[in-house]
Amino acid sequence: MAAGSTYTKIATTTVSGSSTNSITFSSISNGYTDLVLICSVQNSAAGSALGMQVGNGSVDTASNYSVTELYGDGSSASSYRLSNITYTLNTVNIAIPTTSAFMPFIINCQNYSNTTTYKTFLTRSGAAGQGVEAIVNLWRSTSAINVITLLLTGAQYFNAGSTFTLYGIAAA
Amino acid sequence: MANTYTLIASNTVGSGGSATMAFTSIPSTYTDLKIVISARTNAAEYRSVPVLYFNADTTGANYSYRLVYGISSTAGSASGTGTGGGFFFYVNGASTTASTFSNVEIYIPNYAGSTAKSISNDGAAETNDGTNNGLALNASLWSGTAAITTATISFAAGLFVEYSTAYLYGIKNS
Repeated sequence: MAAGSTYTKIATTTVSGSSTNSITFSSISNGYTDLVLICSVQNSAAGSALGMQVGNGSVDTASNYSVTELYGDGSSASSYRLSNITYTLNTVNIAIPTTSAFMPFIINCQNYSNTTTYKTFLTRSGAAGQGVEAIVNLWRSTSAINVITLLLTGAQYFNAGSTFTLYGIAAA
Repeated sequence: MANTYTLIASNTVGSGGSATMAFTSIPSTYTDLKIVISARTNAAEYRSVPVLYFNADTTGANYSYRLVYGISSTAGSASGTGTGGGFFFYVNGASTTASTFSNVEIYIPNYAGSTAKSISNDGAAETNDGTNNGLALNASLWSGTAAITTATISFAAGLFVEYSTAYLYGIKNS
């Protein structure tokens, strides 16, 4: 990381073709304080949520994740909770669009490389035609995060043009 | 050093207020845009909702939104098309405690792309009283397929008061 670079792109991926259903960022440096993931996503067909698995060396695929969601569908607000799941969920009630606009996801992970606390992720996602979500996910591990996989939870694929960018924020 | 997160332009309202805060000639050389607003209006309201137009497109049908909100102790959700721009966020009005300003963040991924623009924007008006505080989390859509080159924020009635600010940042992934 260059000295004085507070907000730095770590890696970016733009999907091409029609056979990608996961994106992995590996060998993530511990030289930052926080991570920010910006995703702009379309799905090949309805049926998937955008999940995420994290880990150290390899992603944790065990049931060590939980999610709490605040959701508005345009007429009422609600909250939803799932625990002991095998990936985080960055959308719960909203279907990722398959055409036209891409759905934005802003995922923040503070203090990702500490080895003393479980890791929390804050996600903002939404689609103007469906709803808006504010989500918190928890990974029950004290391991530092150096690998992240974003995935579709069903048997679909990211549409070409979907983008995933990982930024690091350094406090010093 | 890559210049990942760059201030493109800023607005600071001077004495006498201003009807608009605007960004023009936005270059297409970034990946995403982020607008950060701290504002207050002289309209005699608790929570005023500004209008935001891109590329001088004032056609309401081209904007839509869906939000979840909290006002005091009540949560709810609403949606609509943007007769005044499809971006629903709260700005403190003149009825709120003096010197309280709203906080707003608007994130626009792939603003220079050729698809409709899906936008995430959050705004809060902390009014320092028990009943009129407001927080809105919003998913917005502008159906325009052109690159965003201008953004104009204003009110249907009222001015931005002195010390209101709006900053436009460009975020680059290359």
